[in-house]
Amino acid sequence: MIKIVKRDQPSRAIFFLTPILAIFLTLVAGGLIFYILGFKPFEALKFFFIVPIADKYGFSELLLKATPLCLIAIGLSFCFKSNNWNIGAEGQLTFGAIVSGGVALLFYEQEGFYILPIVILAGAIGGMLYASIPAILKTYFNTNEILVSLMLVYVSKLILDYLVVGPWSNPEGFNFPETRQFSDSARLPLLFEGLRIHAGIFLALAAVVISWFVFYKTYLGFQMKVSGFSLKTAKYAGYKGKKMIILVFLISGACAGLAGVGEITGPIGQLHREVSPDYGFTAIIVAFLGRLHPVGIIFASLVVAITYLGAETAQIFMQIPKYTGQVFQGMILFFLLASDYLLFFKFKFIGSKK
Amino acid sequence: MHKFFIRSFVSSLVLLFTFTVAAIAKDVKAAFVYIGPTGDHGWTYQHDVGRKAVEAAGFKTTYVEGVPESADAERVLRQLANSGHDVIFTTSFGYMNPTNKVAKEFPNVKFEHATGYKREHPNVSTYAARFYEGRTILGTIAGTMTKSNVIGYVASFPIPEVIRGINSFTLAAQKVNPNIKTKIVWAFTWYDPGKEAEAAKALIDQGADVIAQHTDSTAIVQMAEKAGVYAFGQASDMDKFAPKAVLTSVENNWGPYYVDRVKAVANGTWNQKDTWHGIGDGMVVISDLDSQMPADLRSKVKKLQADLASGKVHSFTGPIYDQKGNLMVAEGKTADDGMLAGMMTYVKGVEGDIPK
Repeated sequence: MIKIVKRDQPSRAIFFLTPILAIFLTLVAGGLIFYILGFKPFEALKFFFIVPIADKYGFSELLLKATPLCLIAIGLSFCFKSNNWNIGAEGQLTFGAIVSGGVALLFYEQEGFYILPIVILAGAIGGMLYASIPAILKTYFNTNEILVSLMLVYVSKLILDYLVVGPWSNPEGFNFPETRQFSDSARLPLLFEGLRIHAGIFLALAAVVISWFVFYKTYLGFQMKVSGFSLKTAKYAGYKGKKMIILVFLISGACAGLAGVGEITGPIGQLHREVSPDYGFTAIIVAFLGRLHPVGIIFASLVVAITYLGAETAQIFMQIPKYTGQVFQGMILFFLLASDYLLFFKFKFIGSKK
Repeated sequence: MHKFFIRSFVSSLVLLFTFTVAAIAKDVKAAFVYIGPTGDHGWTYQHDVGRKAVEAAGFKTTYVEGVPESADAERVLRQLANSGHDVIFTTSFGYMNPTNKVAKEFPNVKFEHATGYKREHPNVSTYAARFYEGRTILGTIAGTMTKSNVIGYVASFPIPEVIRGINSFTLAAQKVNPNIKTKIVWAFTWYDPGKEAEAAKALIDQGADVIAQHTDSTAIVQMAEKAGVYAFGQASDMDKFAPKAVLTSVENNWGPYYVDRVKAVANGTWNQKDTWHGIGDGMVVISDLDSQMPADLRSKVKKLQADLASGKVHSFTGPIYDQKGNLMVAEGKTADDGMLAGMMTYVKGVEGDIPK
């Protein structure tokens, strides 16, 4: 007989094992779905998870795709660890892209080493400004940050639409919704000839290192952790909650804004209506899959990035509908949340003696 | 011994020859990159119908759907070029820069970009359809069928393609009914059933009893069906979604062009082109005319269709005035392709301003 027993304390080993379990279950369920759809499951999984990164180019594309996911998820982990539910990273990314793109357009056809740092900084500031809206509304007016940050995503996309259709559209572009191409000095340098991976990856790695240091070595990190466990305790301990809330939102916004900069000054090179295929939302999955741990987030961003690449390869070579990529992302999150059950409960095998 | 060598030499020559011929004639593979899902019953659906025509002509095809116009487009294009495809059709405007960028790296692969204007390398062609000719037909029908003299028009983005359609539609409607007004709602989307339905509702509330659309979903014709007003299908024959409301549809018929171009690649006769085909070349097709339309209107429309096809009638024949009354095209003249390609002013009779 099997009995379900509540654990005295959430298991630390299970905490880090469940993401792996979730990925495993996703692979099994994914294979099953492929089988039901009439594809050979192992071949389909091979095209999904191995073929896309089998060469140098594919690997660089994986890193290119994982970079914004990792950067945003690191930022989000500051919020989520401290019980602040910033759902609007996509909006902060978009607004960061708008501000840095605007600055890059100011330097149109100008060259100079100082341009890129200004453009990058502008993106971070843009993201911070946009994240400060839900933060200030939450701290001073008690609004719900989930709703505010989510709604602001749509606002930011409308602002971007307005700018690329109207005042910022390329004067030689027959009024199509896109800006001019940025000058080379406003573009992130490529790391290798012929590959698209760019210097933005260093921003992501720096964010990983800094976040690890803040989480585990600073007073702020400790405050965040306590607030995450219990807001009442944090208050009792005398932490200035408002300051911390605004700070984590600003960090989160800066990271999302930088991810936006990476997209437009990296592979895209201009502003148009679609600067991000919803990286800001997918990064929420990445943050949780990585257990809000900096190193976990690196792995999680790689896993989720490959679902994008794999969906393309699987459609090209096996005619599997490309939207299965999103199914995989959904399944990962679902299985992760489901297996969290194991954190708090355990199965006890009771021998059937007698 | 000699005999053996000669024999194997000859047979390998024969083999090589067969393979080469096969490689030239048969093994041409075409790829298609779509912005939406193949089941949108609009833009992407029609491109996929064209792709199936290429398959039916005996060629292998591949497609990738739902490719965002973000940094991802470039990777998909490179992967297709790298995996043995000889010609790649990129079917959305936003693929313009990635198409030209990847074309530079793969000079032996042909690229065909829909609705763009950049042909930076000799292996890039562009193609588009003269949808405005279809809108001349729709305008004629709308001007005749309206009772309120208010015609609604759901538009997507203020680009020349869309402005041209609004103008062509309005000019044709005015010709049969000088009192009509065209009201525009800008949906700022190509495909968003929710937004499109809202836009249609707003126009119906303002008294429009015929709704035209330049967005791709079936939401507008369905809204028209519910409200009891007339509408026109966009991109594909949408009659089955709203049998009472839909009077006819303007269909995008890419098949003949796609087959033609893939065959040209197979024969080695492919060359760089900028194609802009209309009713005459069969790229724009008018669906069956609904029986609710009076018989004389139907025969008039049939004749207009034939005249547009033969070139006897041009959608933009002067005199044409803009909203302020300035002459755009003089009497007896027709607008040239340069003017059509950059058209960014409304003609007289359109209400409101172009969003800036």
